[in-house]
Amino acid sequence: MNDITKLTVCETLDALKSKKFSSVELTKSYLENMEKGRHYNAYITECADKALKQAEMADRNYQSGNNRLLEGIPLGIKDLFCTKDIRTTAASHILDNFVPTYESTVTQNLLNDGAVFLGKLNLDEFAMGGSNETSYFGPVINPWSKDKDLVPGGSSGGSAAAVAANMCAAATGTDTGGSIREPAAFCGCTGIKPTYGRCSRYGIVAFASSLDQAGPIAKDVKDCALLLQSMAGFDEKDSTSCDIAVPNYVDFLNKDIKGLTIGLPKEYRPQGLNEEVASYWDKAAEYLKARGAIVKEISLPHTKYALATYYVLAPAEASSNLARYDGIRYGFRAEGKNLDELYINTRTLGFGKEVKRRIMIGTYVLSAGYYDAYYLKAQKMRRLIHNDFMEAFKQCDIILTPTSPITAFPIGDESMLDNPINMYLNDVFTVSINLAGLPALSLPIGLSQNGLPLGMQLIGKPFDEATIFSVAAKIEEDAKFERK
Amino acid sequence: MAEYIIETAKGKWEVVVGLEIHCQIISKSKIFSGASTEFGDEPNTNVSFVDAGMPGMLPTLNKECVHQAIKTGLGLNAKINKYSEFSRKNYFYADMPTDYQITQFRYPIVGEGNICVDLSDGSTKNIGIERMHIEQDAGKSIHDLSPTKSFIDLNRAGVGLMEIVTKPDFRSPEEAGAFLRKLRSILRYLGTCDGNMDEGSMRCDVNVSVRPYGSNEFRTRCEMKNVNSVKFVMQAIENEAKRHIEVYENGGTVEQETRQFDPSTGLTKVMRKKEFAHDYRYFPEPDLPPLILTDEYIDSVKNEMIELPDAKKQRFIEKLGLTAYDAMVLCENKEVADFFEKAAAGHDAKKVANWMMSDFFAMLNKKHLEISQSPVSAENLGALVELISKEVISGKIAKDVFEIMSETGENPEKIVEEKGLKQVTDTSAIEAIIEKVIADNPDNVAAYKNGKTNLAGWFVGQTLKLSQGKANPQIVNKLVKEKLDN
Repeated sequence: MNDITKLTVCETLDALKSKKFSSVELTKSYLENMEKGRHYNAYITECADKALKQAEMADRNYQSGNNRLLEGIPLGIKDLFCTKDIRTTAASHILDNFVPTYESTVTQNLLNDGAVFLGKLNLDEFAMGGSNETSYFGPVINPWSKDKDLVPGGSSGGSAAAVAANMCAAATGTDTGGSIREPAAFCGCTGIKPTYGRCSRYGIVAFASSLDQAGPIAKDVKDCALLLQSMAGFDEKDSTSCDIAVPNYVDFLNKDIKGLTIGLPKEYRPQGLNEEVASYWDKAAEYLKARGAIVKEISLPHTKYALATYYVLAPAEASSNLARYDGIRYGFRAEGKNLDELYINTRTLGFGKEVKRRIMIGTYVLSAGYYDAYYLKAQKMRRLIHNDFMEAFKQCDIILTPTSPITAFPIGDESMLDNPINMYLNDVFTVSINLAGLPALSLPIGLSQNGLPLGMQLIGKPFDEATIFSVAAKIEEDAKFERK
Repeated sequence: MAEYIIETAKGKWEVVVGLEIHCQIISKSKIFSGASTEFGDEPNTNVSFVDAGMPGMLPTLNKECVHQAIKTGLGLNAKINKYSEFSRKNYFYADMPTDYQITQFRYPIVGEGNICVDLSDGSTKNIGIERMHIEQDAGKSIHDLSPTKSFIDLNRAGVGLMEIVTKPDFRSPEEAGAFLRKLRSILRYLGTCDGNMDEGSMRCDVNVSVRPYGSNEFRTRCEMKNVNSVKFVMQAIENEAKRHIEVYENGGTVEQETRQFDPSTGLTKVMRKKEFAHDYRYFPEPDLPPLILTDEYIDSVKNEMIELPDAKKQRFIEKLGLTAYDAMVLCENKEVADFFEKAAAGHDAKKVANWMMSDFFAMLNKKHLEISQSPVSAENLGALVELISKEVISGKIAKDVFEIMSETGENPEKIVEEKGLKQVTDTSAIEAIIEKVIADNPDNVAAYKNGKTNLAGWFVGQTLKLSQGKANPQIVNKLVKEKLDN
């Protein structure tokens, strides 16, 4: 038999329906790939037994004709989603023994649709990072690596690497400043961060509550559409989730894009932008033009403040969200002679360097005397950035940009590790979208000269993921990117 | 009202006080989770994942708590803010599972208002309310079960609180005490907080400063946390003010600090110096959208509002003819006021009030009973007053009847009937008794006729005695005079 793990989710579903193979066979194939791909370090926790049981159940459902939307599809779950009875670590020492007794809404939605969970995927600790190097469980290796081990991007690095290496049919990710899109771009996958409020945050370990969104990382656009369909929806347990109907996204893939206006923000083409990146960007615009879309330059004037705004607001929220990891009720505890010492010892040993850096930044920007200068200013800037997009969307339907200014870089890159700002700069094209709460998808456009994938980003209007899928499907068709 | 001035050998001082009162909201479930608010259950049994601060858990606002807060705001004659916002107050403590408290900071749900307090000399004073916001309570740390360990009970963690902040309008301990009593009365009327300070469902922080009498300055204040009775609040103000004065008069300065009131000594001691004050790093709670209230909703709560103590007191004075003092006492507790109104319905309200203020309350006190446990029902108390008004029994007999009622719970008509206590108003029957008294006491009759007219009272007494108290005293009076003067 051909390698069934290379199939997309949609192809796999067809095959399962026509009984070309069973979910158990499929799951076993993925489990084999996971074993072969251990050196990628994509999984923190594998749950083969559980997965096989779920697959058996799926096969019974196919037999009885009770198969659901994702019946028997083996998925990898970013280890930021709480999964009932499966250890959930957030890639942190401080939670490395934590087994939730509850299920996140997003993963529950996937389970309700018949998905099989293969295990929990590696990530940057508490999703803080853009290279998956901050994980307590070690870095993930990008399956596209050649002579040197490359990063998969982050924070959903395990998710993107597992999808790229066929160690799961698709994966969940979360995106606070680019954590779905950047690793998708680095690993040649497709990933979408939906509109803020589209997916429930209930049961997802919080990083920055006003920015976090869950979304899928998959092999192609159609898989993303199908997975998002399952993951999204209003949840009364998350007061920031929106009660807006989720359309049938797959229906929009074949929708004509003739007459749609595509905006190219001039601020995303600074002097010194990587030429390859720039030329792929032009190429993507050409594809769309050839399909009858109107391409025009637009302006997002506050773009240059986005990174600074993000790196004030996200750490501020994180400093508060991570306070609960104090060694009192669950997770790692380092004893101390008194309560303060217990806190200090637990958090000193339990958190990694990057997490501590962000807690410090966040604590600082919220402190008396600094709040107005940092946090409040950043909130105002966030509003202006949001307004930029709203203005732009009066002139266009979709905004097209590169996902990242660079391709995957080597693990342990000194310029990134010595100066965290260099690492933060990789988020320059993605953070604005989280600040504005908009949906955005990254899909592979081609390979760089050194043979590494590059991603294009499509940004849509609030709750208009459907149009993103229509446009993304066209680029995908024309770019003919070859998956690994 | 009489001014509260602290006079020393060196000068006269005035006290300036503001209060912050935390009131536990009466609601079935907690303010941000579905766990029960039941008090006194086994430790850590009313705790949801949200209350325990588990990873990925999110708060959802309990509408019942919002409703209660609006009701309370209206009871404080305060502005209800259509836009309010939740914030996080960040600090580490073991009984606060998220290590931040969800509260309201810049935009509270209730704005400025006022409460009118009744003072002992019969005067009233308006106390300004600065604001009221809603927030979550912390759990409880228990330190005395083990020498080496602390225990934590999260049953209370996440119970809704209303924090009421007054303006610094108090100028005496008495005013603060009167305010707390009035506030408690309003909360209980509304059913939004049970107001039990000893159980901690109402907790008071007291801010005290002093200034030279006649000046308008505000000097450094000290805050005393969790003073848990009206008496202690008054004591804390008095003693803290004395401490400040002593510091100033000895040339010192008062440091801004948080202090702890010790109920056993009545004194305060330093809990936290200013330099160790927490930096709470407030910021808007990103897990909860702003709370937007519509006019329709606020109006619907307004329509549910019941008559509050001040309005009731006014009505009792104006419509039922009660004295201001009686009306105030009867209105402080809604159950008492309701009992009174039920008892007074169709009867002489003033007389009913007198009975309640004297014999009735005395009986409850003696028996250690709440009004809800009273053996004498409101209807029966009204009926008793009616028997007096209709001169079926005398006031004296009524006391005996009341005594029986408070033992048996019987209705007074039945008691009067069965014991034959009906007042004798039949003049011929009374005349017969008087004639007997006259006939039996010729010496006294002679003395009366010779000018000792005050002996009339003696004849009345003898007659009443012979009638076993049942003869109507007015009639006896009249007839005795007629007979003797004949």
